[in-house]
Amino acid sequence: MKPARFTYHAPVTEDDAVAVLSQVAAHDGRVLAGGQSLVPAMALRVALPAHLVDINGVADFGVLAVEGSEWAVGACVRHAAFHRPVPDGPLGRLLSAVVRHIASYPVRTRGTFCGSLAHADPASEWCLVAATLDATLIANSVRGRRAIAARDYFRGWMATALAPDELLAQARLPLLPADTRCGFYEFSRRAGDFALVMALAVYRIVDGVIADPRVGVGAVEDYPRRMRAAEAALAGRAPAPDAFRAAAEAAAQALDPADTRPETAAYKRDLARTAVRRALEAAR
Amino acid sequence: MSDKQDLVLEVNGKNYAVRVEPRRTLVDALNDECGLTGTNAGCEHGVCGACTVLVDGEPVRACLMFAVQARGRRIRTIEGLARGDTLHPLQRAFMAHHALQCGYCTPGFLMLAAGVLERDPNVSDEELLQVVSSNLCRCTGYGNIVAAIRAAAAEMRAK
Repeated sequence: MKPARFTYHAPVTEDDAVAVLSQVAAHDGRVLAGGQSLVPAMALRVALPAHLVDINGVADFGVLAVEGSEWAVGACVRHAAFHRPVPDGPLGRLLSAVVRHIASYPVRTRGTFCGSLAHADPASEWCLVAATLDATLIANSVRGRRAIAARDYFRGWMATALAPDELLAQARLPLLPADTRCGFYEFSRRAGDFALVMALAVYRIVDGVIADPRVGVGAVEDYPRRMRAAEAALAGRAPAPDAFRAAAEAAAQALDPADTRPETAAYKRDLARTAVRRALEAAR
Repeated sequence: MSDKQDLVLEVNGKNYAVRVEPRRTLVDALNDECGLTGTNAGCEHGVCGACTVLVDGEPVRACLMFAVQARGRRIRTIEGLARGDTLHPLQRAFMAHHALQCGYCTPGFLMLAAGVLERDPNVSDEELLQVVSSNLCRCTGYGNIVAAIRAAAAEMRAK
């Protein structure tokens, strides 16, 4: 249970970090942020990186601020930064409601928001948030910075659009209008465990009916995504049980869960139906 | 060729000059290089919390942090919880409430609770239960651990 040998790099600027990463990426170099997923994988010898580029010393990666109409989260912002609602408004309340589902307190003091996005576990809460809110992910490398839309970012099971020499420098979440309602529901076997299913519902109520609905489901397929059929079932309808049930059914039908033991595809579809309904009810 | 690095770890207010490979975890460095054996390695992959220590006041899993990453940080371990012969309120409460049996998980629970209560002794009951769920105990059971932490929190609030 000891990590294998690696060469350690500790850059202190973003430029240095991407420069080092460009040199070691082809030689099995990996970025080390909070280390709450990578280091366990190294202890189990599932991950055997030859180089680690530790970005914890890069001061610029601590940025957590409103920039224009977006909330910018730097590469080394810890999960624990969201224990208290930031920023003001519905987005901050949503993030602080979601964060308590992430692993456990001492993991949240080290693990990072962007690290979760880079790792892209299907059961990652922040990946679901990024997909549902259409976050923008800022990748940096010696070839320059580029913005990746969340819908183009997730590519498969723990696979992202990041190239090996690219570092996820920042995530940008859209600030939500003040009257936005958000609901999150997660089902897992025990406190702090990986989700078996989770759903995020975001909508406004304008003239008594649902407007701008967003429904995302995670932990069921290879990566989280918006459920367009569920959103279509909500738009323009009163926020009432029949609309929620219709949306939950639409999401369940649109999902294509893997048939893995002990959870069958039918069971996961059933869980997703309930999770979407409960997230919608929580948002009301 | 050795790729060991020289660094100084500040543990419980004292500096320890150590020479470690980068792959050396903080818990192993505390045990083997600093001679501070009170921090227990349990699962060694971040699940059980036995190795919990405070880094700059925050509870962390010492098996998921490399010793080289603790350079320049203030580390506090179970050896630094009592003040001389005066036990920390949490230590006394764990004795009074029979919150330990085999004791292997105890240093981790104490440091976890110390980190949380010293930052906010008014932590809500719901939050406290969430915090306690971070660590594994497989013999005492959680009832007495929660009772002990509640009692220590009351004492720390009164101060």
